Amino acid sequence: MSDLGERIKEIIDSEPVALFMKGTPDFIACGNSARALEALRAVGAPVTAIDVLPDPQIRAELTSVSGWPTIPQVFIGGELVGGADITEELYESGELVSTLDERLGSGWREAARQEKVIDLVEGGQPFRIVS
Amino acid sequence: MATGQIEVLLRQAFPAALDVAVADRTGTGDHFQVSVTSERFNGLALVDQHKLVYDALSELLEDGTIHELRIRTKGT
Repeated sequence: MSDLGERIKEIIDSEPVALFMKGTPDFIACGNSARALEALRAVGAPVTAIDVLPDPQIRAELTSVSGWPTIPQVFIGGELVGGADITEELYESGELVSTLDERLGSGWREAARQEKVIDLVEGGQPFRIVS
Repeated sequence: MATGQIEVLLRQAFPAALDVAVADRTGTGDHFQVSVTSERFNGLALVDQHKLVYDALSELLEDGTIHELRIRTKGT
């Protein structure tokens, strides 16, 4: 697997909630990415957002890791939840909260909500965390 | 018209489906809403249900016929 693929796997495995999206939480570039992010925000989930737009390789590597062809992609506790449709559907049914509880333990509810942005490709610096 | 193609592919992938619906969501001919009710989804997590739909439509997604796809799946 390439370096980028390894880094993507690392993020998925180590972040409680990883959202691969188009744009960033402050500059959302696509309605479906917005839907997924808003559902996660609505339940107070921590979110680590990764923008796939800077490099087409990000999408390609992500899809080969997840088997999911589109963006956004939501991972909770290292496991793919799905895209915008599923995340919204789970939010509406209450299952988004129970999925978070099951995979993260209930500690996420009391913790101060954190939204992180990980920049995968930044002019030579491959991995930078910006809070 | 792509909605027809999509319905054919879905009916092939889910031959016993109770319901297959395809709509052009935005009127631009490339954003689609599909819903499928099939026993093939029984016992599967939503992510795996949707993956079956993506598999059925993979060529149209790859060649750009489908630019955006919204999916609703239901078991029986």
